[in-house]
Amino acid sequence: MGEQIVFLILGAIIAGCSILAVTTQKIIRAATFLLFVLLATAGIYLLLDYHFLAMVQIAVYAGGIMVLFIFAILLTNQPGVNVKFEKPWRMFLAALAALSGLVICGHIIFYNVTKIFKYAEIDYISMQTIGTAMMGTDQHQYLLPFEAISLLLLACIIGGIMIARKR
Amino acid sequence: MNNIPMEACLAISTLMFFAGVYGFLSRKNMIMVLVSLELMLNAVDLNFVVFNRYLYPGQMEGMFFALFGIAIAAAETAIAIAIIINIYRNVKRIYIDENITELKH
Amino acid sequence: MNDINMSYTLILLALPFLMFLVLGLLGNKMKPLVAGVLGTLSLGVMAAVAYYTAYQYFFVVGKVGEVYQSLPVFNYEWLQFYGELKINLGIMLDPISALMLVVITTVSLMVHIYSLGYMKGERGFQRYYALLSLFTFAMLGLVVATNIFQMYIFWELVGVSSFALISFYYTKPSAVAASKKAFIVTRFADLFFLIGILIISYFAGTFDFATLTDPDAPFIGSAVGATFLGGTALSWALAFIFIGGAGKSAMMPFHIWLPDAMEGPTPASALIHAATMVVAGVFLVARLFPIYVGTTVLEIIGWVGAITAAYAAIVACAQTDIKRVLAFSTISQIAFMITSLGVSGYGGHDGLGYMASMFHLFTHAFFKALLFMGAGAVIHAVHSNEMKDMGGLRKYLPITHITFAVAVLAIAGIFPFSGFWSKDEIMAAAFHHNKAIFALLFFAACLTAFYMSRLYYRIFWYDNNKDYHHKPHEAGPTMTIPLIILAILAAFSGFVPFSKYITSDGKAFEAHIDMLVAGLSTLAAVGGIVVATLMYAKKKDAPNKFTQTFPRLYKWASDRFYFDEIWLFVTRKIIFDRISKPIAWFDRHIVDGFMDGLAYVTQAASDKIKGLQSGHIQQYIFVYLIGALSLVFIFIFFIAFLLS
Repeated sequence: MGEQIVFLILGAIIAGCSILAVTTQKIIRAATFLLFVLLATAGIYLLLDYHFLAMVQIAVYAGGIMVLFIFAILLTNQPGVNVKFEKPWRMFLAALAALSGLVICGHIIFYNVTKIFKYAEIDYISMQTIGTAMMGTDQHQYLLPFEAISLLLLACIIGGIMIARKR
Repeated sequence: MNNIPMEACLAISTLMFFAGVYGFLSRKNMIMVLVSLELMLNAVDLNFVVFNRYLYPGQMEGMFFALFGIAIAAAETAIAIAIIINIYRNVKRIYIDENITELKH
Repeated sequence: MNDINMSYTLILLALPFLMFLVLGLLGNKMKPLVAGVLGTLSLGVMAAVAYYTAYQYFFVVGKVGEVYQSLPVFNYEWLQFYGELKINLGIMLDPISALMLVVITTVSLMVHIYSLGYMKGERGFQRYYALLSLFTFAMLGLVVATNIFQMYIFWELVGVSSFALISFYYTKPSAVAASKKAFIVTRFADLFFLIGILIISYFAGTFDFATLTDPDAPFIGSAVGATFLGGTALSWALAFIFIGGAGKSAMMPFHIWLPDAMEGPTPASALIHAATMVVAGVFLVARLFPIYVGTTVLEIIGWVGAITAAYAAIVACAQTDIKRVLAFSTISQIAFMITSLGVSGYGGHDGLGYMASMFHLFTHAFFKALLFMGAGAVIHAVHSNEMKDMGGLRKYLPITHITFAVAVLAIAGIFPFSGFWSKDEIMAAAFHHNKAIFALLFFAACLTAFYMSRLYYRIFWYDNNKDYHHKPHEAGPTMTIPLIILAILAAFSGFVPFSKYITSDGKAFEAHIDMLVAGLSTLAAVGGIVVATLMYAKKKDAPNKFTQTFPRLYKWASDRFYFDEIWLFVTRKIIFDRISKPIAWFDRHIVDGFMDGLAYVTQAASDKIKGLQSGHIQQYIFVYLIGALSLVFIFIFFIAFLLS
């Protein structure tokens, strides 16, 4: 019962904040709402017993990415100026597309997915397990994607420096 | 978690995703577009985890790919913000479709 | 056949071409005099080579048994189509080409020397010499051609150099117009020449003169077999080839370009439009003579020549521009040669006309070049082409006067000057062949004597006490020496025993003077001269009275019987208005319209669909999303429904 209440609260936060994040006029508020959404998502990860993932979510997303966002906003925005929107016709179309997508996906979720899921309790996933899985090369082990991601990050570091430096 | 149905989790992620879609389509500010993008990525991560938890509880693929997704999102955000700052430095505006028509040198 | 290597004849083609390149490309770097002397010296070398070649041919290697052979001394296969049908470039020596080598190089050398004085101080002096070299190259290539296609190539080159020389004073609009006229008229005729070549090579399977002019050539039979509009293919081909020749040789009705071509420098006119290029048509018919023999086409050629001769003689009597008089005289004399070919048979004494034609070509080249150069000296002295600005010049220009008189006597056909011998042979050939043609030629000969004497008197006598602002004086030795040399040639070249060397079948025959014909033509010449003397030796009223008596005849003659107007009518009113304009309309509105329509449709379509490539990322995403959702919708709801 407690879990349900926590889940409902988290779900409400996610739903409300994500909608607010994309509709608000002030860009710094949008970033703040995004932060709430990310934290609430970390909460759901916790509920689902993925503790490590929740920590990563908080550390990387809520910590790293949000700091970047806020820096960018500070660097590029005059304070107190509202953000412009698309033309109303475009906004209507966008809303229509998003809503229709929502309806179709909702239909799929509620009429197709329910029939096949079953819930099973899982053990606590230790850091050792995660580390072994990430560093191994056997089945269900992920050294190759890990290395690929490392390379991607390296490329991003270099690219970020190259793009943002003053000429 | 027994008493939380899977579709509830999926509904939340779907809502998040289409909120991101809406934002992506309707906003002109680049940072807002990036915020919407983050929402969509986050929704996908959530989906990975939820499917892993409910359908293949003995394995960890979903979790790991959520992990990698977070890393990729971080990388992408860093690059995107570098680009945005560079554009701002050159044309003093960060609105799509307006005056960013002279990117080539 | 002697195994004598005659490849030195290549010098005759290589040297003038080299001079053309050198003078044309580097001429502006040289002093004008250097360029002129260089050109003249090279021409001197060529003349020496040509004389030696002709000597070798006529007296050493040419004769096998009793017959002069054609010697292919050089041959290079240039383009092969299939089998025997190939285009060679080479040098062929036979009596007429050896003759032409001598004529061309001699006249050209004289013109080169003469021009050193005449063209002195003109702008473009080097260009003038470069073009003379080009012309000499082309003309020599034409006469030594081994096949009809090579001849055609050089034929066009000759036309080009003629075009360039007529428009030498290209700042004068009349010169430019004249050059265009010459080019278009001759090019139009050359189109027929090309068609003729194609027809005849289609039947013969070769371009080679050696095969084509073999009297027993097998293709003639097959070409006779195919008919078109009542004529055999052979006749059509020969007629078309003759039209090409008529264009270059200014036969009616293609003569209209030659009088206007006098806009060029006078020495160039002497070389090109009097002595050499305009006889290319005669040479062409002579070259293909064995095929022409006995056909209806040859009869037509005879008639065309005779009519042209009479027509041009009449017109020449009424011209006042001395160069135009000479131009019409040229047309008339070339028509004599053409007629002579037209009345000729093949072999032995039947080939008298052929021999006479070549003979007249030979002598005419000298006396006509002399006349032009004399006229040039006169123009040089009085700075005008018009007769009314001249008169009494014999006191001022003694050398020109005497040489001119020699040339007039030669062209009129007075014994023993060269013109008498050659013209007499032509008259004899015509007399034995067709009396009507003979009558026309006789009439033309009378008028020739008349108008040439008129020209002579109007220049050198007539108005004896005329005042000149600047006293006319004789030109320098560069101009008088060629006059004297040519006068000697014009006086005595008639004594060459032509019938021994140049005959239709290569065998020598004995030509004798037909006393009746000789008497008649001498009578004609003397009569013409006497009448002219009575009318023009002193300034009198007789000419005016004559023109007042026959005003219409005089008007028609001085307006050249309105041939130019007829051509203009045909081209402007019929071809341009009735054919060209509808075609132009069709091209502009249908063809271009179709293309414009394509372009318009493409542009309009692009304009409509360019929104798809707007570069608006949100638009792309929107479209993508709609597509993805539609696919999902279709799969989930329709496919599932159909499968269930």
